[in-house]
Amino acid sequence: MDAPRTAPGSAGLPASPDERQEVLRHRLSTRLWHWLNAVVVIIMLMSGLMIFNAHPRLYWGHYGANFDPAWLELPRFPGWATIPSTYDLAGARRWHLAFAWLFGVSTIIYLLAALLNGHLRRDLLPRPRDFAPGHLWQEIRDHARLHFPTGEAAKRYNTLQRLSYGAVVLLLIPLLILSGLAMSPAMDAAWPWLVDLFFGRQSARSVHFICAGLMLLFILVHLAMVLLAGPVNEVRSMITGRFRLPPERAA
Amino acid sequence: MISRRGLLVGGTSAGALLLGGCDRLNQSESYRGVLRSAEGLTMRAQRLIMDRNALAREFREADMSPIFRSNGTADPGTPLYQQLLTGNFADWRLRVDGLVARPLSLSLQQLRSMPLRTQITRHDCVEGWSAIGKWHGVPLGLVLDAAALSTRARYIVFHCMDQLAGRPYYESIDLIDAFHPQTILAWGMNDRVLQVPHGAPLRLRVERQLGYKHAKYIERIEAVESLAGIHGGRGGFWEDSGDYEWYAGI
Repeated sequence: MDAPRTAPGSAGLPASPDERQEVLRHRLSTRLWHWLNAVVVIIMLMSGLMIFNAHPRLYWGHYGANFDPAWLELPRFPGWATIPSTYDLAGARRWHLAFAWLFGVSTIIYLLAALLNGHLRRDLLPRPRDFAPGHLWQEIRDHARLHFPTGEAAKRYNTLQRLSYGAVVLLLIPLLILSGLAMSPAMDAAWPWLVDLFFGRQSARSVHFICAGLMLLFILVHLAMVLLAGPVNEVRSMITGRFRLPPERAA
Repeated sequence: MISRRGLLVGGTSAGALLLGGCDRLNQSESYRGVLRSAEGLTMRAQRLIMDRNALAREFREADMSPIFRSNGTADPGTPLYQQLLTGNFADWRLRVDGLVARPLSLSLQQLRSMPLRTQITRHDCVEGWSAIGKWHGVPLGLVLDAAALSTRARYIVFHCMDQLAGRPYYESIDLIDAFHPQTILAWGMNDRVLQVPHGAPLRLRVERQLGYKHAKYIERIEAVESLAGIHGGRGGFWEDSGDYEWYAGI
C-alpha cells in the first residue's frame, strides 16, 4: 500500500527545484489510524466522562464504594464535556463499549502494520541515544524556544516526538485497553491475571481515569505543536502523507 | 492559505457540531441499533474466551468491604412485603414455574435445607463502584433440576416483589449463567440472614455480570423460551426502561 517513496529515516529524495523537499512522512496505515482516532478517541473520552459521572469517586484496591475512602472525588463533568450531554449512563455505555471495539481492533491492526513496515522500530521505539541527558536537554530547550528541526533533521521524528508517540502507542493505549477490560467481571473470571495486573478492579478504574487524563494532555500538546510547527504542512502530511521539509535556517 | 485563527475557529465549530451531532445521533433509533450490536459482539467474544464454568474470584474474609452499600430498592415497602417481613417470611414462597415439568413452591426453610454454597465475591455496580461480600445460598442449577427444566427453556426470569417507578423489577439470564456453579439463590449475607436492603428473603448472585442483574426480593422464577412477551421484552427492568445491556459482562 506504500509507494517506495522516502519515509522518515531512509534516504532523501533529490532536492526539488524550490529547494523545499517533499518527503513521504506518514504511511497509509498511520494516516488512517490517526484520523479514525481523531474521532474515536474523542468519543471514548467524552462518553467515558459521562460514565465517570455515575460515580465520580476513585479508589485503590479491589473494592471501593461510598463508605470507603476515595483518593479522588470530583464534581460531575459538565454537559459540554460528555456524550450524551445530559445524564445518561446507559447511553454513554452504549457509545463507549461500541467504540471500544473500533479502538481496540484498529490499535491491534495498526501495531501489526507498524511492526511489519518498520514504523515501530524506526520511529516509535526509543533508542539509547534518545535518553542521553545532553541530547535530551538540547531538544527540550529547542522545543521551548520553538526551534523545530529543519532540513535533513526534519525527515525523522526527533527524540521528543519519538518518546511521546512511543509512550502513547506502546504504553498509554495498551494500559487504557487493559484497565478497561479489567473492570469487566466476565473478563476477570476468564483472565484473572488481568485484574491482578492492576492490583484490583478499583485500581484498574483509577488507572483508566489517569490514563484518559494523560491522553487528553497528549492531545492538547499535540494540537498546540501542530499549530506552532505550521498547521497546513503538518495537517497535509497526515492526509496525503507528503511533508514539505522546512528549509535550513540561516546559520 | 489557512490561517491559525481560521483553524482555531474551524476547530471550535467542528467541536460544537460534534457535540450537537452526538446528541442527535444518540436520539436516532437506527444509530442506537448499530451501537447496540456491540453488546452481542461483546457477549460472543467473552463467551468464546471464557470457560463456561470459569469462576469469578473468591476472596478471603479479610478482603471484605467494611460496609456493603445497597443500591436500587432499599425496601419494597408494599403492605404484602411488610406483612411477610413481620412474619420473618414464614408465609413467603418461591414459585418455580414456566417451562418446567414439576412446578415448585418452596419455603425459605426448604431452600435453606438444600445444599449450601458460600462465596466471598466482588459485586460490581454498573455505576463503577465495587463491594466485596459473603453470600450464602443454594445453587440455582439444583433448584432448576428439582423442577425438571424443559429442553425448550432458554432463559430464566426472576420476578421480584419490589417496584421502581411503578413497574415491577425483574431480570433474566441464559442457561449458561443459570447453571454456573457460582450462580446461587442467596438467603444469607455476611454470616447473617439476608437483610431488607440487600433483597430479603432471596436474591440472585450471578457473579460474572454487573450488579443490576442480581435480582433482589425474588418471589417467582419462570423458565421461558423467549423474553419477548415479558414486560418490555428486553429481559429486565433496566433493559426495558434505560437501554442498559441485557448481557452485563462488562
